[in-house]
Amino acid sequence: MPDEPVTPEAAPPAPSDAPTPTPPDAPATVPAPPDAPATVSVSAEEILATLNSALGDAVIEAQPLFGDVVMRVRTDAWLRAGEVARDQLDCDYLSFISGIDWMPAPKEEGAEADGDTSTPAQPTEMTPGAAGAAGRFQVFAHVQSTTRKWGMTFKADLDENNPSVDSWVSLYPGANWHERECAEMFGFEFVGHPGLRLLYLPAAFEGHPLRKDFPLLARVVKPWPGIVNVEGMPETAAVATEEADSGDTNA
Amino acid sequence: MGLIEKGLMPKPLTQLLNYSRKYSLWMFQWGLACCAIEMGAALASPRYDMMRLGVIPFPASPRQSDLMVISGTVTDKMAPAIRRLYEQMPDPKYVISMGACANCGGPYWDSYSVTKGVDQVIPVDIYIPGCPPRPEALLQAVVMLQERIQNEGIGNDQLAQRWRGEKIDVA
Amino acid sequence: MSTTDTTASGASDFAIDPASMRHLAEARVNVELDTGDMVLNLGPQHPATHGTFRLVVRLDGERVISADPVIGYMHRGYEKITEFRTYPQVTTLINRIDWLSSFANEVPFVAAAEKLMDVEAPPRAQYIRTILTELSRIATFLLFLGEMGLQVGALTPAFYGFRDREHILNLIESATGGRFHPNFNRIGGLKDDLPWGWLAECRSTMQIVFDACDTFENLVLGNEIFAARCKGIGIIPPELGAAYGVSGSNLRASGVDWDLRRDGDPYLVYSELDFKVWTHSDGDSFARYWVRLQETRESARMVLQCLDAIPAGPIMTKVPLIIKVPKGEIWVETENPLGQMGYYVVSKGGTGPFRVKIRSASFSNVSILPWLLQGVYVPDVITILASLYFILGDIDR
Repeated sequence: MPDEPVTPEAAPPAPSDAPTPTPPDAPATVPAPPDAPATVSVSAEEILATLNSALGDAVIEAQPLFGDVVMRVRTDAWLRAGEVARDQLDCDYLSFISGIDWMPAPKEEGAEADGDTSTPAQPTEMTPGAAGAAGRFQVFAHVQSTTRKWGMTFKADLDENNPSVDSWVSLYPGANWHERECAEMFGFEFVGHPGLRLLYLPAAFEGHPLRKDFPLLARVVKPWPGIVNVEGMPETAAVATEEADSGDTNA
Repeated sequence: MGLIEKGLMPKPLTQLLNYSRKYSLWMFQWGLACCAIEMGAALASPRYDMMRLGVIPFPASPRQSDLMVISGTVTDKMAPAIRRLYEQMPDPKYVISMGACANCGGPYWDSYSVTKGVDQVIPVDIYIPGCPPRPEALLQAVVMLQERIQNEGIGNDQLAQRWRGEKIDVA
Repeated sequence: MSTTDTTASGASDFAIDPASMRHLAEARVNVELDTGDMVLNLGPQHPATHGTFRLVVRLDGERVISADPVIGYMHRGYEKITEFRTYPQVTTLINRIDWLSSFANEVPFVAAAEKLMDVEAPPRAQYIRTILTELSRIATFLLFLGEMGLQVGALTPAFYGFRDREHILNLIESATGGRFHPNFNRIGGLKDDLPWGWLAECRSTMQIVFDACDTFENLVLGNEIFAARCKGIGIIPPELGAAYGVSGSNLRASGVDWDLRRDGDPYLVYSELDFKVWTHSDGDSFARYWVRLQETRESARMVLQCLDAIPAGPIMTKVPLIIKVPKGEIWVETENPLGQMGYYVVSKGGTGPFRVKIRSASFSNVSILPWLLQGVYVPDVITILASLYFILGDIDR
């Protein structure tokens, strides 16, 4: 017996892309979502204003991002940005610290073989993302506030030949492991970290895997094994049936 | 005793020995990744109870077990530990490779840190495909292994080879 | 036996008083012996470490002086291989990060791709996603409720946990085809609609969940040995927990009222549901067990609310066959059973992501262990590991 409700329920309101600002001592009931999603929410404006006034010229570029705030700061102001977030914006929660390598991956032999749809085409130019980038490497971190219910992302450019930045361990003790992982994956150096040992990789590992020029050897050495059974992409199949239509009567 | 290593066991005794061995496999209580949850469901859940096949998952030490199930992804960092655990098991010992990751690297076949198949490190008797394989698949693998154990030494030299710890040539 | 005491006066005129003798005996035993530290290696193969987790502890007798977790034995390189996969392929791969609550791992990534593409899954799909997420939360927590008892030394709760989890896995399997690793989310909706009679089956299974929670409450929480083993053990102060990034039930058991389903960006249909966020003020292992038990019941209530409110309709919006996500970046974080899980997706407009940073909950939960394990006894180490409830795939990615 079908028991799905017959009357369609009203669709839930469009998910607004702003974090719902809740006062810290609100009871544990569901707050009503804001009526009209604003392009820049109230909390994002407040965050941007506080950060701009506290960091001043250390801010290179900032933009709201789907309800969050992304801010690129000068490399030497990386620690100060964390301090401002923690002390003035009540960001007591460290989400993560990681890095981005903006260089497009170099083309590999095996990845462009005919019919190999196993790996998507890589971009060919280096284009920066939100809040821009000055070069190849960036370190970025996200912090949140459990009381003010907001979060922000910080980015800082790193020099390609000597990627080095201050460590956040003095601000957030949880940065210890995040920075260890970042250091082994990208080769960044975090000044002031108590001990940048390997976290994930075995001791004999050479190289920094998350750099774009680190090849996945399994793809280089051997063509994609599924190439035998791959079906044609829908466009090629449509073209094939057209050709068959015009020629054959078997289609 | 020496008789088995030399291959001098008479056939009725071999059959009795194999019969008793196959129904008292002690499985090394160890799981690596997601397949370990299915293995746990096969063992600890009353629905797919593997103990009714005689497989008891008590030993947490390899030295007291004779069946090891590699359930989950094998990474290059973990491979030496797996090798060492395998070598700590006393002969005759059996290995079941459970899941796509242990068979051949699985979904992580191109990763920089994954060993593409545990059979690069230790010899494997039964491969179970799946990601993750259902608990019934593990039970089927154990039944297959039990059939193989029953036929060891009958018409072939495998019983003596197992006792001596040699590589079995799987036809 | 008498003792002579060379006092200044030289007279040995103290009476042999049993009280003083006892004091002297204690003094003899408590003399500080110059012992060396012992290094104990738990893992990477160990029955109590939930997988390939290695903990190198330095012991003074039975007390831990320092603990150093060594992780990476399950590091599969997710962030690198997602750069070589298309978006639907990434969805397949990421269920295996937190392999107990697989459906919940797909949700933030699919939400991120949908927001970047500016499509929205239809309401029925959102409700089904919510139901399946809460079901995977119940499944994960039922396993926790069972196997934390196992780590403390009780064998029975583990069987109950696996048995009751089978009901949830049956539900998920009949809807999605996979017991766990369902790979059911698609960018824009879901793969299939629910089968006939699934909603009634789900409703009756929630009654089984309530009964199971009552069983665990009596069997485990009411057990005085369990209480003695877990109360006061492994207290995480709330500010330190937040600074380490501890999340989920671990942080809520320390009193922090923070749940992304209520406090973060609205996702799925949680803004429609009426649910309570459970916190406990103690912050010890007992509190973590208690909070997860209450959250299991709360999840079952949320599923019942969703079952009452689920609309009819399509389950997939119109998206192109080959998904190309436009250029952009987004950070989406959700409340997964183990904690807060987030994806920072950087897209360059292709069929696959450019960079995916996966913020997994257990990584941060485990990073507090060097601080947390100082000065505890060895059996308490096991209790703390069990109560933090990490999954190796979530730590190591």
